[in-house]
Amino acid sequence: MDNFLQQLINGVTLGSIYGLIAIGYTMVYGIIGMVNFAHGDVFMLSAFIALILFMILTQLLHVGSLPLAFVVVLIGAMALTALWNWSIERLAYRPLRGSFRLAPLISAIGMSIFLSNFVQVVQGPRNKPAPQLPNHVFKITDGSAGYSVTLSVRQILIVALTVVLLAAFWYLVKHTSLGRAQRACEQDRKMAALLGIDVDATISITFIIGAALAAVAGVMFVIYYGVVNFADGFVPGVKAFTAAVLGGIGSLPGAVLGGLLIGLIEVFWSSYFTTDYKDVAAFMILAITLIFMPSGILGRPEVEKV
Amino acid sequence: MAAAPQSKPADQSDEASGATIGTAIRNAAAAALVAFGLCFPIISYHAESNINNELILTGRWPLSFAIAAVVFLFVFFRQVSPPDYRIWFDRVGAVAAGGMGGALAESAAEGEGTAPPTKARTRFSQWFGPFALGFVILFPLIMLGLLGPNGSLKWINNYGVQILIYVMLGWGLNIVVGLAGLLDLGYVAFYAVGAYSYALLSTTLGLSFWICLPLAGLLAAMWGVILGFPVLRLRGDYLAIVTLAFGEIIRLVLINWVDFTNGYAGISSIPKVTFFGIPFNDEEDGFSAVFHLPFSPIYRTIFLFYLILALALFTNFVTMRLRRLPIGRAWEALREDEIACRSLGINTTNTKLTAFALGAMFGGFAGSFFSVRQGFVSPESFTFMESATILAIVVLGGMGSQLGVAIAAAVMIGAPELMRELDWMKRIFGEDFDPTQYRMLLFGAAMVVMMIWKPRGLVSTREPSIFLKERKSVSGDLVKEGHG
Repeated sequence: MDNFLQQLINGVTLGSIYGLIAIGYTMVYGIIGMVNFAHGDVFMLSAFIALILFMILTQLLHVGSLPLAFVVVLIGAMALTALWNWSIERLAYRPLRGSFRLAPLISAIGMSIFLSNFVQVVQGPRNKPAPQLPNHVFKITDGSAGYSVTLSVRQILIVALTVVLLAAFWYLVKHTSLGRAQRACEQDRKMAALLGIDVDATISITFIIGAALAAVAGVMFVIYYGVVNFADGFVPGVKAFTAAVLGGIGSLPGAVLGGLLIGLIEVFWSSYFTTDYKDVAAFMILAITLIFMPSGILGRPEVEKV
Repeated sequence: MAAAPQSKPADQSDEASGATIGTAIRNAAAAALVAFGLCFPIISYHAESNINNELILTGRWPLSFAIAAVVFLFVFFRQVSPPDYRIWFDRVGAVAAGGMGGALAESAAEGEGTAPPTKARTRFSQWFGPFALGFVILFPLIMLGLLGPNGSLKWINNYGVQILIYVMLGWGLNIVVGLAGLLDLGYVAFYAVGAYSYALLSTTLGLSFWICLPLAGLLAAMWGVILGFPVLRLRGDYLAIVTLAFGEIIRLVLINWVDFTNGYAGISSIPKVTFFGIPFNDEEDGFSAVFHLPFSPIYRTIFLFYLILALALFTNFVTMRLRRLPIGRAWEALREDEIACRSLGINTTNTKLTAFALGAMFGGFAGSFFSVRQGFVSPESFTFMESATILAIVVLGGMGSQLGVAIAAAVMIGAPELMRELDWMKRIFGEDFDPTQYRMLLFGAAMVVMMIWKPRGLVSTREPSIFLKERKSVSGDLVKEGHG
């Protein structure tokens, strides 16, 4: 039971990170029907940006207060990653709008290769260790099972931040004119354009929001794992995509639900079976979901029009 | 917007000609600001860990200022120049971003479009294929004559054999993606099955390459059916993602099933290729001794070259013939409209499965060639990057076009290899400059640039297998591809 509780806490933390990345996939797929392959690498880039920003603040500007540094890093990483994703959309995807459907996918794969190698070239191929931060750990049980179930400040921070951001994001999509424009473009881009919605701008904003959420996930990734590498984008990216598909691609609550499920499955699998095959488990779930439930848990079935 | 390919990257807003100096400066400043923002902090600071494993920052501000300045000047001059010259700025910019691949794509793109090809072009494309084939057949002999046995080894091996492996893989995947319209992102799985089949069969059972080659193809085809059967009713992107997942699963199993595959360490000392039983070594019964030639490793390389060339041509031959058979026509019909096919009584599942299995079989052949050439296989060789590269070759070549795929393979594999030859750049940029580390960076950028320029690939015309009255090429835009 203690083990179960501990794994539940770990799984929810990991699932929050996947969920935040998954939103970027699901939004872009919803609005332009494209699997944004480079999103995982945008996430990796944001982790690097966050790490370097933190170094600048602590080493060069001598900011002593950790919470202040954290807030500045978070906002800075969100803004800079959003700028990156905006530029990527503008240069690599927008010229291909209206082209045949494989073109943006190939472009995105190229972008993904470009981004990971770009980071490798400018920051070097080795692992980057994050500075050790104080991490208060709460003990939940008394340790009668031989060890104590723990909940760290980092984990609380990650989950709390995810919840707050999702609430804000939910409000944005459901109750603002921007969110309405976005949903309209999702349903029918041509009609939305005829009704005076700037479709290009709406798509740009979708990429910006997706990148900002991925940047939050990137900051959390650095805090949680304490190390980042240029190749770290691919696997979390594929898992987040799995999460988006599992939840029903195009559905925002589905992405978060899928993220939590993938995080929990991965953690429980590692705990009760073997860590060797945890990625295999995630990929198998992706395949099984798509074969038996192609529209995911919360997605709408795709109707083929003749 | 219709499916018309767009020729210019981004910045469509300034197409209204005659930008004034003021707006040009403003736009250029905005672009420079964005470039500067992108550089900060990922380029402006370099974080490297020291001996104590603590990160130390070093500033690189001049580099980011230089990048911003270059972007400013580029955008400024592009804007103030007359509209006719702007295309040249786009070309220069794209070539700078995409390297050689972009340059080649551009030269191939000259004068090509959705318009029907002119007579001269048709004649050119008629003669180009046989001419290229003749060149490839003579390639090892030409290199041998020019550079001698030692100098030509690298060229035949790194360029000839390496490119031909990808030509073969591209042609194999072309059956699945180009003809049947099934988007497969996990093709490397079948390449891996082929490679491990030969490696395991030859090291454990001692079977020879010529027995293992068809076995590897059969095993790969079997895996194609096993993996294909449950997923082939999925459409488009979903199929792509499931095949990606299967590709990763096979790689992860190869890594983790240590008893069977030896995990990360891979399988080494795989028997090398022999000349129909005569080994290529310097002993009494070796190839050189039997044929009374001075010993040189070049003979094995030349044999490998012709072996992979024969395998690739076999793939091409089978594909060309199948296109004319009912099954090939069913593939192409399926690509165009699945519902119509079903209404006409075509068994879509079986049709898709044959395409999948055949593509997998050729992947398996290429895989067993790979392991007999290397003498060593490990899961490292079968990453998603390989699948992406092969798919990129097929798409950039113009899906469904055999010649285009071969050209794209030469460009995509040859150009990064050529980057290794750029040692003279060290004299310009200093000793620390290592051009090889930019290979994959430029490879990725070239993929983006080539997609933007020629979304329909290098060869953008298709030869229909059935025609009314006369045979003529049609534009690739009329063909539906990769909709699954």
